[in-house]
Amino acid sequence: MSEFPTTEPLLTVSGLTKRYGRRLACDRIDVSLDPGEVLAVVGESGSGKSTLLSLIAGEVAADAGCVSYRMRDGATRDLAALSEAERRALMRTDWGFVRQDATQGLRMAVSAGGNVGERLMGIGDRHYGRIRATALDWLARVEIAPDRVDDPPTRFSGGMRQRLQIARNLVTSPRLVLMDEPTSGLDVSVQARLLDMIRGLVAELGLAVIIVTHDLAVARLLSHRVLVMRGGRVIETGLTDQVLDDPQAAYTQLLVSSVLAA
Amino acid sequence: MTPPPMMPLLAFQDVAKSFTLHLRGGAVLPVIAGATLAVHPGECVVLGGASGAGKSSLLKMAYGNYRCATGAIRVRDGDRTIDLAAAAPREILRLRRTTLAYVSQFLRVIPRVGARAVVEAAGIEGGLEPEVAHARAGDLLARLNLPERLWALPPATFSGGEQQRVNIARGLIADRPILLLDEPTASLDARNRAVVVDLIAEKRAAGAGILGIFHDADVREAVATRIVDVAAFRGAMAA
Repeated sequence: MSEFPTTEPLLTVSGLTKRYGRRLACDRIDVSLDPGEVLAVVGESGSGKSTLLSLIAGEVAADAGCVSYRMRDGATRDLAALSEAERRALMRTDWGFVRQDATQGLRMAVSAGGNVGERLMGIGDRHYGRIRATALDWLARVEIAPDRVDDPPTRFSGGMRQRLQIARNLVTSPRLVLMDEPTSGLDVSVQARLLDMIRGLVAELGLAVIIVTHDLAVARLLSHRVLVMRGGRVIETGLTDQVLDDPQAAYTQLLVSSVLAA
Repeated sequence: MTPPPMMPLLAFQDVAKSFTLHLRGGAVLPVIAGATLAVHPGECVVLGGASGAGKSSLLKMAYGNYRCATGAIRVRDGDRTIDLAAAAPREILRLRRTTLAYVSQFLRVIPRVGARAVVEAAGIEGGLEPEVAHARAGDLLARLNLPERLWALPPATFSGGEQQRVNIARGLIADRPILLLDEPTASLDARNRAVVVDLIAEKRAAGAGILGIFHDADVREAVATRIVDVAAFRGAMAA
């Protein structure tokens, strides 16, 4: 229900380029994202879509190009110009990153409650009772039963781990969440539940999201706009249902026509 | 400044559409050429013509779902018009929330969400207050004779006709001025077809403009203020 205010975008990516040896993983990528907007980046393995996400998050240094972000104080900053402390503070508070492999997005030796509480402590909350209450509230929102709050995620199923990652990321009320294949590797019934949960939370909280997926159905269900990548290049971009129902590029037509209808 | 009353809600101006099939050696499949038509407030314009004539494509273009090759599709938005053929994605999404309603033949199922909640969500997205959306969703589903015991259940398991009624309720709940209806009565029985005819009449009376496809002759007869033969939009094409 976000109104997409036609002010400045929240995130602007321009000319983002990354080479691994002779291979171009990302070739001059331009993207802009408004508050509350959900962008799906689709493509096959090796298309550069996950590299794009890592570049945006500043986890991998770009060879060329720029990522700028409108901070909570309204100032737009070039992320490469932030100090490491500033960048980490931004990632801990205003950004979230939900990873395909939950073991990379969670602290596996820490309890579920601790995983959520840790992000709150990271932004300076020191009140144990309040942290625990907020953690419990978020675990309930992602449908993790209160009697599991003290269990570490090693004892959770794949779907529960992903839900815990979502709670851990959303507890600080971020405005931008990056998601890398959050539902792949899960059973379809678990996928459907997780997707529906993500869809509901994104709409309710007005989150801006960049979701990387190879699954066009996920893109259709969650995103407003889609970016089709292949070989590090943007092949086609536009309104999600327009790109999927009336694809213009040969590669997009191949991608869309390769999906088995259930 | 309010727009003059006779300004159309929706106007196609010399619109052409073709599909280039890259996987078929780049074959070009012409669909529509020279399509010009307008829908005014209170009108129900029905698209006629044989199957494959491009009726559904026209509706999809009017919803911004298909792109058009040339021409303009002007949608009245308050006191100005927006050309869908040239509009940015976020502009099209905004028009879908405020102005354009589209009812397809098939409900795209949202997992785990109950029928009434599906309808209600469409109302809230269309600008209704949550309580109003909740009440209207119930009213519409009751009018469309969907048994109340189904309201809390996800429509995935419903029959085709039941799903279609949820779809109609979803498309009509908010007060959007332009309705695009792609065979909304295709799998309905006579009693429910009559309900849809009434709902369309009410929307027209409230000033909405409707562009639709109705294969059922009785329904077409009952709702159409004008029939436009889509075959006329193929004249300029090399067959």
